[in-house]
Amino acid sequence: MPDTPALPVIRARGLTKRYGPQRVVDDVSFELTAGETLVLLGPSGCGKTTVLKMLNRLVEPDAGTVEINGQDVRRQRPEELRRGLGYVIQQVGLLPHYSVADNVAVVPRLLGHAPAAIEARTHELLTRLHLPPDEYAGRLPHELSGGQQQRVGLARALAADPPIVLLDEPFGALDPVVRAGIRRDFRELPELRGKTVVLVTHDVAEAFELADRILLLDAGRVQQLGTPRELLLKPANDFVRRFFAAERLALQLRTLTLADVQPFLPTAPPLPALARFHLDTPVQTALEQLTAADPVAAAVGPLMHAFHHALQAASA
Amino acid sequence: MNLLSELLDFWQLQAGKLAEQTLQHIGLTAAAVLLAVALGVPLGLWLTRRPRWAPLVLGVAGALQTVPSIALLGFLIPWLGIGAAPAIVALLLYSLLPIIRNTVTGIRGVSPAVVEAARGLGLTDGQVLRRVELPLALPVLMAGIRTAAVIGVGVATLAAYVAAGGLGEFIFGGIALNNPVMILAGALPAAALALAFDGALAAVQRLSLRRLPRVGAGLLVLLPLLGALYLLPGAVGRLRAGFSPEFVGRADGLPGLQRAYGLRRLPSVVLAPALVYEAARAADVDVIDGYSTDGRIRAYGLRVLRDDRRVFPPYYAAPVLRPALLRAHPELGPVLNLLSGQLTDSAMTELNYRVDYLHQEPRAVAEAWLRARGLWRAPRPVVAGAATVRLGSKIFGEQYILAEMYAALIRGNTDLQVQTKTGLGGTTICFEALRSGAIDMYPEYTGTGLQVLLQPPPAVLDSLGGRPAAVFEYVQREFGRRYGLQWLPPLGFNNTYALLMRRQQARQLGISSLSELGAYLGR
Repeated sequence: MPDTPALPVIRARGLTKRYGPQRVVDDVSFELTAGETLVLLGPSGCGKTTVLKMLNRLVEPDAGTVEINGQDVRRQRPEELRRGLGYVIQQVGLLPHYSVADNVAVVPRLLGHAPAAIEARTHELLTRLHLPPDEYAGRLPHELSGGQQQRVGLARALAADPPIVLLDEPFGALDPVVRAGIRRDFRELPELRGKTVVLVTHDVAEAFELADRILLLDAGRVQQLGTPRELLLKPANDFVRRFFAAERLALQLRTLTLADVQPFLPTAPPLPALARFHLDTPVQTALEQLTAADPVAAAVGPLMHAFHHALQAASA
Repeated sequence: MNLLSELLDFWQLQAGKLAEQTLQHIGLTAAAVLLAVALGVPLGLWLTRRPRWAPLVLGVAGALQTVPSIALLGFLIPWLGIGAAPAIVALLLYSLLPIIRNTVTGIRGVSPAVVEAARGLGLTDGQVLRRVELPLALPVLMAGIRTAAVIGVGVATLAAYVAAGGLGEFIFGGIALNNPVMILAGALPAAALALAFDGALAAVQRLSLRRLPRVGAGLLVLLPLLGALYLLPGAVGRLRAGFSPEFVGRADGLPGLQRAYGLRRLPSVVLAPALVYEAARAADVDVIDGYSTDGRIRAYGLRVLRDDRRVFPPYYAAPVLRPALLRAHPELGPVLNLLSGQLTDSAMTELNYRVDYLHQEPRAVAEAWLRARGLWRAPRPVVAGAATVRLGSKIFGEQYILAEMYAALIRGNTDLQVQTKTGLGGTTICFEALRSGAIDMYPEYTGTGLQVLLQPPPAVLDSLGGRPAAVFEYVQREFGRRYGLQWLPPLGFNNTYALLMRRQQARQLGISSLSELGAYLGR
């Protein structure tokens, strides 16, 4: 029945947290359906990490509730709740006295999984994350690079195959090249397919790349909750508009697809250069590939023209 | 080289004692460190959860650290008596600060990200503590325990002051006797023990984390066993003795006594001299060493055991003076000799008791005794231009009393004026004052004159054989020959070393002399 919305996997209502007189989180509500990726976005100190920690009870709200699969999280012991939620933090926080394999195995062991199954799972995850177990399983965290540590952190969060994964700036501490690589691995990781993900970041590009929906926060309050396209093209207020101002063009080129610009392309003469692209392709990708083959490709002008009109139509 | 061979000789001679003291030392330190860990680590952990209390608790532990150890023992004795209890408690208090502080520092040093990640993964608070915080804080925590152990070995030497044994017995005995060999005999093993403790704990620290729980459990078993070492050389005997360090060490003290009377089955502890009498009074020990005319003998109901084989050297009191004094004032000789042979041991003990324990004036005590003996004469009126006799005394009650007696006799029987210079510190100060003419006379003891001032070769000492008359004659002759000073006849009492028991117990057991004590112990 397509009409009935799927039962939300996570439902947060009216979350509020005060530290002293200051409300660091003020009446935040959202819902996630299964398999959806929500990005909590905002400037430093906006309360996004606090909201994330309320989901696994590392922070208890002063007001509001969190339900996971319809059950109030406060009715569960915090440890048990957390064992069912993957968790990755920016500082990684690998246990420095545990080997890579032991770090990955922490949660499955807490859950009492069979040793053989744990070993197989660890092996599989490390392989998938480009950390060949033969070489890396026995190493200690301080023997790894920052990017490798973050991969182990990711493997650790996924080891027990939790349906929900919480990530707090998981790529924040890495240099841009490493970061792009891990992000790509992350996006393409089969283990993450179908998982419900909440990810905290202050990086707009990252949010647009990974999010199904974005929750933009400022000073503890929700500024806008919606798809990347909605936030970009139909900002709810000045804050949202200003927040994307610096990267607006790049985001627009990445967000609009050929499907969006197609109605505004000239039909005659036709542009055979564009025919090889799928309609899902972002305008940016199409431009990059066109100019890579021929810096002065004839299709660029009409494409930009159509992009301009599509933008006007979408923002109306 | 000479020192080394003397040291080796000493150890060989005292091998049994050395082993016993070393075991006691290990036992005391291990017990105290164990208790300090049991108390300090949980306290430190609690402080990491309640940081507001940290300054207060660390401040108190730090303040305890600054209390001088002797003073701390002094505070503890009224509560805990003597023996192992106050020693272990004092050691425990000194060990607490490094353990608490390093626990707090170690746990605080664990990266918050690691702790947060661990909690976020679903470890319970207890699991975070056991699997993450404690293992990661362990190097710092162990450093604290090592510091505590090394401090403990050092402070445990003071246990010898409260009858808790340990290597301090040699050290304090050596200090009391000014015997560097004996000091080293205790100090070197103590230093070695400190290094051994530190090394052993360092080895534990180097173990891999996986093996640590097992080794930790082993330590938990081992430390109480080490602590129990302390109890091994326990008191097996019919009586228990408490001796001052000096008495245990010097040749004419305990060793001579054991040879002469066969007191071999008398288990003994070593105590600070100030505590010996108290310990006997409180029945912590049964036999103590002391001085035969000490006022506390009367005050605490003790009795002197007769030295029937004359092991202790005679310390008969007699006036020593400049011969010029008698040449200038010939009338003084008979007056000073009025006291000759008049004071028995028990009479002097009684007088000392009045001054030291009833806090009566030495002058009033002296006058009352002179009246009772019919020797008192009211002071003669002052004669203009009369010469002045300057009387000296050492700085304790008995000497004050004697000086006041002589002063009263001189004032009552001659026209001379008297100036008393009491409280001239120790033997050497009095003696030098007399030689230089700063004073004209002071009361001295024959044994002191012999052993401290004349210091004759051993052959001479042997020939004198501890006979009071022979010692007096030798001292009198040699002082005249060497220093031009004169001894008058002794007053009668002998203020020498003595073994003391509680009067009631001595009566019950039928012990009045050292031979009887030896016989009783040998039965």
